[in-house]
Amino acid sequence: MIKIIINWLALPYMYVSIAIVLFFLTIRSRKLWTGKAGGLLLLGSILFLAYSLTDEHFRGLVTRPDNVPIVMLLFAVGFFVWFALKQAHENDERVMQGKPLDEVAWKDKVFVWPNLVYTELICMVVATIVLVVWSIYIPAPLEQPANPSSSPNPSKAPWYFLGLQEMLVYFDPWIAGVLLPGFIILGLMATPYIDKNPKGNGYYTFKERKFAITIYLFGFSIMWVLLIINGTFLRGPNWNFFGPYEPWDIHKLVPLNNVNLSEFIYVKFLGTGLPKHWFFREIFGIALVVGYFAVGHWYLAKKLLKRFHDLMGPVRFHLMAFLLLVMVATIAKMYLRWTMNLKYIIGISEFFFNI
Amino acid sequence: MADTTKEGVSRRGFLSWLGLAWTAFSAAMAASGIALARFMFPNVLFEPPMSFKVGRPEEFALGVDERFKPQGVWIVKTTKEIFALSTVCTHLGCTPNWLSAEQKFKCPCHGSGYYVSGVNFEGPTPRPLERFAVFVADDGQVVVDKNRIFQYEKGQWTDPQSHILLS
Ligand code: FES
Repeated sequence: MIKIIINWLALPYMYVSIAIVLFFLTIRSRKLWTGKAGGLLLLGSILFLAYSLTDEHFRGLVTRPDNVPIVMLLFAVGFFVWFALKQAHENDERVMQGKPLDEVAWKDKVFVWPNLVYTELICMVVATIVLVVWSIYIPAPLEQPANPSSSPNPSKAPWYFLGLQEMLVYFDPWIAGVLLPGFIILGLMATPYIDKNPKGNGYYTFKERKFAITIYLFGFSIMWVLLIINGTFLRGPNWNFFGPYEPWDIHKLVPLNNVNLSEFIYVKFLGTGLPKHWFFREIFGIALVVGYFAVGHWYLAKKLLKRFHDLMGPVRFHLMAFLLLVMVATIAKMYLRWTMNLKYIIGISEFFFNI
Repeated sequence: MADTTKEGVSRRGFLSWLGLAWTAFSAAMAASGIALARFMFPNVLFEPPMSFKVGRPEEFALGVDERFKPQGVWIVKTTKEIFALSTVCTHLGCTPNWLSAEQKFKCPCHGSGYYVSGVNFEGPTPRPLERFAVFVADDGQVVVDKNRIFQYEKGQWTDPQSHILLS
């Protein structure tokens, strides 16, 4: 019974919605779970893992040699996010009580040599031993020599690219493979120039950088880590979605007849056929995309984030707003696919221009 | 200042050693560059033939023949025609699997699906699978010529070379 519910909750639009709600809840209630409740979270996730290990399919999945480190990594990510937020929350409390920051209060500074270097040396030795023992006891997941005429089913990218591979399902290759990763890389590189606010440099804080930290954590945990989980544990043969306790059945039939926005409007809604010329066919999609960005920029600059706009100046602000809007649009498009089987908003395959 | 330093290396001596070192270095780089260029033209090139015979039309059963998947084609026979479908997914180039129970080609990479005809109907792929030229040779065998491709979205599947009509 529990398994059926969890399998159902693992439907993409369900679990992504849950994750997004949980994300904002945890950020809001950080006071609670950066304290004792943090231990409860850890306990809960360990119990979940232990319970799930009784399921044959799930056990097979998490104990696969390639997936073991991913499970460890998820716990590590959870821990470090928790730790950073805990430090930040403590500092926020200290500031509220008028005490100096944690980092300033540390009177006893230590030297790099020998303190830090020794610690590093010991870590290095321990890590080496762990890796050697590990590689002896868990055999490397080697497969047959590569063969162009048969792709393994499912064919998965390396774990750190599973988010990008997931994007390829929803977007045209040039968007998913070039544009979006480009935005990620260039956006991260540009961030120090867009965001010149010196607050939070060299000390933990949340209150002083609410917006920046929330947006970054959202992008990282939902758009990157969650999609890695998704790609590792929920994507099965034929790249179909499978619940965590659902055996991977090659013949699982999922109706994925994707429909373009133009077909939704002209065929299903207006009942006239598709117009011949691509411009008239796609006019609604073009209007939607242009309108989204225009209204989005206007709304962020004039209403929602007006304070930032005045602070940062128009150039910085609109760069930031653009990256933010792209991130939101990416998720929105994924939802449209999950709920309405929408293929492309603009689909001009004549020019390989599909959004 | 004097031309000679304490260690006894003169400026001129130093420069000539430097010149020698750079010359040697450049020569080594040039040699390895040539070796690399040579490497691009191997003596023996193993390339599967682009056009090959697959058997007589009447030898094929109705449906998808997977025997030539290693050569990159599925031979599909319907009641009306025989054609050769490329086994390269038009999304990003994985090799789809033929699922006979569902009567579709399904790509394991991002889930694109194609009908037996090669026309895409699900998943992210923007266009149908490509077809290769097929014709009947003098000895009655079907020849697949992968040098010529026919794309549905360009209206090329009506080309007489893109299929063999069965009478
Ligand atoms: S390569 Fe076939 S679906 Fe992406």
